[in-house]
Amino acid sequence: MTTTEARAVDRLESARGDFPVLDQKVHGKPLVYLDSANTSQKPRAVIDAEREVYETYYSNVHRGVYQLSVRAEEAFEGARRKVQRFVNAREAREIVFVRGTTEAINLVAQSYGRVHVREGDEVLITVLEHHSNIVPWQLLCEQTGGRLRVAPIDDRGEVVLEELERLMGARTKLVSVAHVSNALGTVNPVRRIVEMAHARGIPVLVDGAQGVPHLPVDVQALGCDFYAFSGHKMCGPSGIGALYGRAEVLETMPPYQGGGSMILSVTFEKTLYNKIPYRFEAGTPNIAGTIAFGATVDYLGGIGMERIAAHEADLLRHATESLSRVPGLRIVGTAREKAGVVSFVVEGVHPHDLGTVLDYEGVAIRTGHHCAQPVMDRFGVPATARASMALYNNRADVDALVAGVHKAQEMLG
Amino acid sequence: MSELRELYQEVILDHSRHPRNHRELAGANRSAEGFNPLCGDKATVYLEVEDGVVRAASFVGRGCSISTASASMMTDIVKGRRLEEVEELFRRFHELITARPDPARQADPALGKLAVFAGVSEFPVRVKCASLPWHTLRAALAQENRPVSTEE
Repeated sequence: MTTTEARAVDRLESARGDFPVLDQKVHGKPLVYLDSANTSQKPRAVIDAEREVYETYYSNVHRGVYQLSVRAEEAFEGARRKVQRFVNAREAREIVFVRGTTEAINLVAQSYGRVHVREGDEVLITVLEHHSNIVPWQLLCEQTGGRLRVAPIDDRGEVVLEELERLMGARTKLVSVAHVSNALGTVNPVRRIVEMAHARGIPVLVDGAQGVPHLPVDVQALGCDFYAFSGHKMCGPSGIGALYGRAEVLETMPPYQGGGSMILSVTFEKTLYNKIPYRFEAGTPNIAGTIAFGATVDYLGGIGMERIAAHEADLLRHATESLSRVPGLRIVGTAREKAGVVSFVVEGVHPHDLGTVLDYEGVAIRTGHHCAQPVMDRFGVPATARASMALYNNRADVDALVAGVHKAQEMLG
Repeated sequence: MSELRELYQEVILDHSRHPRNHRELAGANRSAEGFNPLCGDKATVYLEVEDGVVRAASFVGRGCSISTASASMMTDIVKGRRLEEVEELFRRFHELITARPDPARQADPALGKLAVFAGVSEFPVRVKCASLPWHTLRAALAQENRPVSTEE
């Protein structure tokens, strides 16, 4: 092991201590946070970065000639370069700051989609999508007369690639797929899907909300045209995220919202729009959040995404094995490639009741449809319980979950 | 743990495991569908109403133990009651499950068995579970021909 690797290992091992919120008791029990696919906790470095902005140099960006503003501008654009490097985009201008994945997808739907998806044209998604990769396309289709097509998933929760490919037709104007399913944990073979789509000249958007926090992401290697992700799911602030778009594609897209920053000149006769990415960043942005987003990727990069992915894979194995041994428990979503998400149902115990009992054990999990109702319908359940892991979890967290499930069965089963 | 026991009382667990009136109602002249988007639960309430009196009530659909027990006990207790009484019962029930916890409070005698739901007030996120069947019943009585949701 080289010195660099050894240091990286140490940083993950001690990472739990970086998250102040985890050091507390809930109902008298140590907090076990297993809801990171919903939203993740924040390390001190991110909290400090945001505080530092407000305490020392907060001012508006892209405007001022005074020192504070210059400093804010530098930190803000610095964050863009950090995010660019983190997902290996070719250029910083390919990173558009948005509120999160949902806004990123809506941006593509309303800008790219309104231009390219005409009556009778199709947008192709899959059954395992989060509502935020379904509804923006439904809205678009209502506006333009387009049609939403949906590729099925199999009993393991994997997209049926032959069906997806078969649905890529002459009218398909965009394919939009999740990198990782939030409800099932399935990791989609994005690179293959991009190859299939590009072979037919169809651009691809990847909903990376659950990808970036848990896997090393290289948008150039994936080859996708758009990649959307959220800060809050990757230990960063809420209300900030990014849309990666290939420069050649972004260049052709009209503005999404109008306002300040997105213009070059405004008269009542004609307004000239700014260049990318500013064309898509109307209004004063989430300045401190964006700078803290930069600190977030520094933090994750410091540990190493490969290391984080390996750690979470170990937790997933442990959780899958332990939960599988619980009588009456069925894991929903058994894809061969999975991220650290275990969705499950327990015979005789409704997920909602399970969530309440677990809360009294200090264990926080999500129960419900996970904003993926079509996935629930596909597996014939109204809801599941879902434990989702992040870099700060450990095997003891999983053990506390399993003990809590036993307790719920005793109490309610 | 005591709040949990208070929530999951034996009566509630019994109604949840063996819900009463859990079927479609042959003579129903009112029905409505209820939906809790938080957990994905759905339930349909059927009523037979005659001369301003609920002659029979039933429900289909399964949810969490709180909503199932609530539907089960509700369909029991409204039987034979006048619509005004049902409305008054709902008002008192809603007050019970949303009240600020107060150990000194005396049980509302009008609620009868429904008093076992007092523990719900300690769990604000579970209030919707207990109230969904009632909202659905009221929608059926109002003959609103659309699904009701806990988000209204």
